[in-house]
Amino acid sequence: MDFQLDKQHEMARDLFRQFAETEVKPLAIEVDETEKFPRETVTKMQKYGFMGIPVPKEYGGQGCDPLTYIMCVEELAKVCGTTSVIVSAHTSLCIDPIMTYGTEEQKQKYLVPLAKGEKLGAFALTEPGAGTDAQGAQTKAVFDEETQEWVLNGSKCFITNGKEADIYIIIAYTDIVEDKRGRKQKRFSTFIVEKGTPGFTFGVKEKKMGIRGSATYELIFQDCRIPKDNLLGVRGKGFANAMHTLDGGRIGIAAQALGLAEGALDRTVAYVKERKQFGRSIAQFQNTQFQLANMATQIEAARLLVYKAAEAKRTQKSYSVEAAQAKLFAAETAMDVTTKCVQLMGGYGYIREYEVERMMRDAKITEIYEGTSEVQRMVISGALLK
Amino acid sequence: MKIVVCIKQVPDTAGGVKFNPDGTLDRAAMLAIMNPDDKAGLEAALRIKDADPENVKVTAVTMGLPKADAVLREAMAMGADDGLLITDRVLGGADTWATSSTIAGALKNMEYDLIITGRQAIDGDTAQVGPQIAEHLGLPVISYAREIQVEGDSVIVKRQFDDGYMMVKAKMPCLITALAELNDPRYMTPGGIFDAFAKEITVWGRDKLDVDDSNIGLKGSPTKIAKASDKVAKGKGTVVTPDSPQEAADAIAAALAEKNII
Repeated sequence: MDFQLDKQHEMARDLFRQFAETEVKPLAIEVDETEKFPRETVTKMQKYGFMGIPVPKEYGGQGCDPLTYIMCVEELAKVCGTTSVIVSAHTSLCIDPIMTYGTEEQKQKYLVPLAKGEKLGAFALTEPGAGTDAQGAQTKAVFDEETQEWVLNGSKCFITNGKEADIYIIIAYTDIVEDKRGRKQKRFSTFIVEKGTPGFTFGVKEKKMGIRGSATYELIFQDCRIPKDNLLGVRGKGFANAMHTLDGGRIGIAAQALGLAEGALDRTVAYVKERKQFGRSIAQFQNTQFQLANMATQIEAARLLVYKAAEAKRTQKSYSVEAAQAKLFAAETAMDVTTKCVQLMGGYGYIREYEVERMMRDAKITEIYEGTSEVQRMVISGALLK
Repeated sequence: MKIVVCIKQVPDTAGGVKFNPDGTLDRAAMLAIMNPDDKAGLEAALRIKDADPENVKVTAVTMGLPKADAVLREAMAMGADDGLLITDRVLGGADTWATSSTIAGALKNMEYDLIITGRQAIDGDTAQVGPQIAEHLGLPVISYAREIQVEGDSVIVKRQFDDGYMMVKAKMPCLITALAELNDPRYMTPGGIFDAFAKEITVWGRDKLDVDDSNIGLKGSPTKIAKASDKVAKGKGTVVTPDSPQEAADAIAAALAEKNII
């Protein structure tokens, strides 16, 4: 067992850190303030291969392992929560299912431009009436035998990279079957839908508490016809595939949470050394020291869980529990650490210019999206009690 | 076309300079980076390669301790085709003369059309090694390059000065020294990093170099350092906000008179 990163990963981290500090950090306040999607940053990340890190080179990616990708999300999140989730949703939720379930034709047509960063991706499972209870989804796809097309109807909400993305992974039910007790069950399937397809439009842009530069939209499908070949994976396996996709996504969000906690702690450590009260720096007070010690320990524990989950994704077929534990702990660490950092920085912590309040607002969503902390506990306990 | 770019691993002076008690640089206490002028030179070479990737090969060369291979990996992760590390205990303590003799000794055993070096390194600031390499090899040297263009078997270089520039055309092979202002060097790519570590770096010791023993290492270095010190912090100075040019001139004249300069 080796807890030391090798030289390659260390150099990759240096690259991500340098890029984040130079290209992303200077825009973070403005992105939050204006709620503007950082398109220029996405273009730069595309140029340097950040949009296809874990994709094999033959498909236009960088051919790196999940850990390298995770470190990219982490380093971006240290300076800007918005930028980190753009990469995470694109990579974990759109690229990963095409890489896992796509046919060779689908990979050539969609995976290659996504991995090269020429196209941006998104994933849509959540609906107005179905969040944690994903089985309650109403979006429906019917196969038209005559035209050999799928016809999509319904709507999705809270979709990250909405409207900005070119390629969408859409989960819709295609069949209703009866289980052993005669109860009706929906069978879901996964589809690849391109922006611009007739019948596919965007609803309102959500105004959010945090990650405000991230574009969060409602997707609307009205008799939206998509080619037969855009069914991703096996018909009826869409729910299982979506859950597997989210296992990977959770490691990305866990890395985002980890980065937010680290970013807030870095700023707070610098601040407490400078800030003077009662004639000495507040770093000299035991309360400050003990709080910093607790936070650094929480962060280190979160990092080990997140990196372990990333390694599990590389080496194991199933990594649901590892991903759930990483996300649960990292998200709660992010919320706890950012809140305490605001408190340690006092009035300045509450001022936007000092950035930790933004990190606190950004941290909250990591306890909610891609499975709430409660869902993570269900996954973990479910594995214990089965 | 074969381009050799000479790069140096230097301490990052952005975080301040640290010295050992004997006055030498405490390199272990400082982060190591690729010298900025050299990085611009590498970027210039990579741009020439971008324009004709099939026919242009870029080799990064460095001389230093075995750990200086990191700077070659970085160059390769940015896009250099391969790296050569010149390292040997007998080369230690080299000044600019011994360094340039050593690197020229390596270049004599390599193929090249164009050699690019940085203007100067941020640790020594001498700006001597590049031109000296050219002298050892009997090549034309074009220093202070701000723009580099390849045209057939020649290079056209814009040389930057404080008060103007000079356009120079030279036939290859030749040596160019680059300014950090030449360009914004690209970042590495994640995949490029892993590829760079998958490749072998060529390592040459003393026996691979075409150079006389009297010109290498500490013994081959005519420079003797008497003393090194950190820069001394200056006072804050005096700020005067005059209402007229006359008042400004009077204030300056009075200050100079007070110091007995005028």
